[in-house]
Amino acid sequence: MPSLAEVCRYVRSKNAGPFWVTVDLFFDGPDSFRLYRDDPAIGAEAIAALYGVEAGLVKRFAVDDLNVVKLSFPRAQPQGGVVERDMHAGQAYARLLDAALGGTAPSPL
Amino acid sequence: MDQTFRDDGVRVLVPAGALGSGVRADELEIGLRLAPHAIAIDAGSTDSGPSYLATGRSKYSRQSLKRDLALMMDARRRAGIPLLIGSCGTSGCDMALDWTAEIVREIAHEQGDSPRIALLYSEQDKAVLKAKAAAGAVRPLAPMGPLAAESLDACAHIVALLGPEPYIAALEQGADIVLGGRTTDTAALAATPLMRGAHAAAAWHAAKITECGGLCTTHPTHPGVIFSVDAEGFEVAPLAPESACTPYTVSAHMLYENSDPFRLVEPGGVLDVTEARYQAVSGRMVRVTGSRFETRPYTMKLEGAGGGPFQTMMLVGIEDPKVLEDVDGFVGRMLHALRQRVRRTLGAEADGVDLSIRPYGWNAVSGREVAAGAPPPREIGLLFVATAPTQAMATEAAKICNPFFFHFPAREGTELPSYAFPFSPAEIERGQVFEFHLNHVVETATPFELVRTRWLDVAEPVETPAHA
Repeated sequence: MPSLAEVCRYVRSKNAGPFWVTVDLFFDGPDSFRLYRDDPAIGAEAIAALYGVEAGLVKRFAVDDLNVVKLSFPRAQPQGGVVERDMHAGQAYARLLDAALGGTAPSPL
Repeated sequence: MDQTFRDDGVRVLVPAGALGSGVRADELEIGLRLAPHAIAIDAGSTDSGPSYLATGRSKYSRQSLKRDLALMMDARRRAGIPLLIGSCGTSGCDMALDWTAEIVREIAHEQGDSPRIALLYSEQDKAVLKAKAAAGAVRPLAPMGPLAAESLDACAHIVALLGPEPYIAALEQGADIVLGGRTTDTAALAATPLMRGAHAAAAWHAAKITECGGLCTTHPTHPGVIFSVDAEGFEVAPLAPESACTPYTVSAHMLYENSDPFRLVEPGGVLDVTEARYQAVSGRMVRVTGSRFETRPYTMKLEGAGGGPFQTMMLVGIEDPKVLEDVDGFVGRMLHALRQRVRRTLGAEADGVDLSIRPYGWNAVSGREVAAGAPPPREIGLLFVATAPTQAMATEAAKICNPFFFHFPAREGTELPSYAFPFSPAEIERGQVFEFHLNHVVETATPFELVRTRWLDVAEPVETPAHA
């Protein structure tokens, strides 16, 4: 059961405007992409639990030509404010790297 | 370049991804040899947080801006083509636009030039927006709720994002330089090909790909790119000879800072690149076809930010193994002691004071619980932040906490240790907290309804508008 970090060549995160975060998972090739793109470990429920947001607001895109899965979700707090830990959400991806893939049957995207 | 654009294209030179980030003179010369119809660049963003809009101040320094502007204005004058700049002064509010215009006027004097300069103001009046909201013409964007009057009142500056239409109108009236207030990332770049009747979806798509300059290339540190929009699609290439655009680097840029990689909402419609095809036409140039643009009723996105409470911070470093073997327990006990100390000293005034400690080297970045059994770090940095209604009160709270923050023992009833302060005085007045308050769109009857265009006479100093 590989971790996300083991099947991606690059993972990054950034704000998409002051109210959203977007995470790009660049898989290491088409095989990994096809095998794991629908994995529940990077599904809406898992993302919602990991980032403290509503599952219904998590957007998920598979970009076939790039072997990329893109995950976008609202920030738990808008950018800035009294306790901002990561102004650009540039480190938001880190907690995803250990996600264990292939745990159960794939769900539809 | 080792290839040429199709003859019927409208070419736009984009010298960098952000004004003030370092335009390169050699790249500008390469670009000018390709006979561009315009030079265009984006100067703004909300990426770096709410302070720039709340204060109206620029993220980049005046000298950085002046250097880039002087290079582009000189290139523009020699080529006899327009220069378009979107979102002047980072936030694009009136104050930031006027600040940029003053620099442009200064350069024009120094270069002995007298360009015709249009200023497009897009800062918004709260009363106008309240009336719009009452008429049902303001809609929230997820995850925001409907617009509340208090949200508008909390903003120091509110801007509406310009589309390309006011740029096109200014160009049609003979502008040599168009300085825009807050603008969508794409509009200033898309304006020239749209005005000249090139493929509309391709113009928007090309602008989105190039708005961060060299980020759509193999060598992102070389900032300049050029694109050409024709009747069926667009072509894009970097200016630096050692760099290249590939189908991968170009298509991957649709991911960047976008919540949706296929659909991009713009003031007059939606760019859809789901069916776009990216083909290499040489080792360095990419051709893109198949983009679509769906026209929608005109809306402008609103951004608003204002100031909140004030903060004073302290930083201390700790290497003591007794602290590091139980960071969470230590930080919890210390924070409790600091809060008690502030309450005992300030009494009821303490209600308005918030204290936080973030342990860097442990879990300060995520704020998430560290799994049991994690090895102790080699050292940690504790960031203390006092937040209060005034700067004076935040500093008072920090000073009250200072001796405890400095000497708090790992175990009660032992000698008092001293930790490592890097500064004297230990407390640093960080200033005001700024916050974004709006994530809404406003419907407008025309692209010009909420926009004011003013022509700048380079012989006269720039006036500062009364409101702001």
